[in-house]
Amino acid sequence: MIDPSDIPYLPRGVRVHFDKVRDNWVLLAPERALTLDPIGHAILSEIDGNRTFQAITETLSAKYNAPAEQIAKDSAGFLSALQGRRFLEVQT
Amino acid sequence: MTVQPPIAMLAELTHRCPLSCPYCSNPVELALQDRELDTDQWRDIFQQAGRLGVLQLHLSGGEPASRRDLLELVTAAREAGLYTNLITSGIGLTEKRLKALDEAGLDHVQLSLQGTDAMMADQIGGYKGGFDRKMQVARWIGEIGFPLTLNAVLHRRNLHQLPRALEMAVEMGARRIEVATVQFHGWALKNRDALMPTPEQAREADRIVKESRTRLKGTLVIDYVPADYHSDFPKRCMGGWGTTGLNVSPDGQVLPCHAAQTIPHLKFDNVREKSLHEIWYEGEAFNTYRGTDWMQEPCQSCENKLKDFGGCRCQAMALVGDAAATDPVCTKSPHHGALQTRAEEHSHNDTAEMIYRGTPGRSQRTKPKEPV
Repeated sequence: MIDPSDIPYLPRGVRVHFDKVRDNWVLLAPERALTLDPIGHAILSEIDGNRTFQAITETLSAKYNAPAEQIAKDSAGFLSALQGRRFLEVQT
Repeated sequence: MTVQPPIAMLAELTHRCPLSCPYCSNPVELALQDRELDTDQWRDIFQQAGRLGVLQLHLSGGEPASRRDLLELVTAAREAGLYTNLITSGIGLTEKRLKALDEAGLDHVQLSLQGTDAMMADQIGGYKGGFDRKMQVARWIGEIGFPLTLNAVLHRRNLHQLPRALEMAVEMGARRIEVATVQFHGWALKNRDALMPTPEQAREADRIVKESRTRLKGTLVIDYVPADYHSDFPKRCMGGWGTTGLNVSPDGQVLPCHAAQTIPHLKFDNVREKSLHEIWYEGEAFNTYRGTDWMQEPCQSCENKLKDFGGCRCQAMALVGDAAATDPVCTKSPHHGALQTRAEEHSHNDTAEMIYRGTPGRSQRTKPKEPV
């Protein structure tokens, strides 16, 4: 599971892309394309390779006016799933 | 039914290839070099594909590096907004060429593995020195930092090398490996006696993959294509015929899957004559097996019909002689028992020699060729 102090980043070959034809955001990775829901897109949009997971959840909490713990829990699940597929790396 | 836009396009840039793997899935009748689409035609197809909704482009062949304009084609693909993947044996790629492809924006490389040592790999690929060359290419790929998938095709002669293939993927820094048990399409159909794994090998591969997925979680993603002649449930054909992907052959024919030309009654459109959009939405070959109306029993009343779409149409054609029949891999097919017997027989043929893939304009051989 991702720690609050981890800095998540998208490795080379993984990028967020706006799919004009289907009018939604997707995550493009080697030989895969994942449709992102608005929450997934919001989380990935905060990942810049500089800020820690904790800083990201705090930003999201302020932006969407939601409890930080709930956001941390949901985002950790989402990001860990991406990590398991090697679509996301963390700097510890 | 509502037809969704395609997600992926396989661009077979050429049928030429320095290797002559006996399991080649390209059709027996190869497209000749002088019929290949040129750079501008491909550029236009990539633009059309992007507008149609394709996100993932796989540049394949044959060996795509045999195209002199590979660099221009990758540039064109990225200009069209496509995620660009190069599917290669590595032969024909130099360090200089790889660096240029990096600058052109190539997103990902899928490198094939014919065996885990030179003796096996060069024998299967029919190309002496190919393995050493591939290992050099893998080092360059790692140095440049391309995301890498290793694609190991496994069959009776090399299935024992699966554990080493997994280790090699980790050593090369690959994020993913495709453990692909040989699929018998196109040329490969000629080699079932020489390549069919035994049922015991198939079960052993299942076990190794399962164990390795747990052990390598977070390090290496393992995509697995089991030995389907020995399975009880059919493969989900192309994620559903005409739902997800399309394939453009070297001479511009647009196919619902790379083996579709083995279904003799299908008529394929060509990008030289029609737009990709028209072919995808209106093309006869795409509409023939879309949805479920074409299905016979036992598929038509089966609860899995939207899950596996009756299996592989090309396999039903090849094994039962009817492309609308249930894929005989399915236990519900009346031909399932006969297929199991046949698979067992293929897998115990100890005298069969591999029949190497020819290249456009070459006839078939049973001996590896010398390096050029």
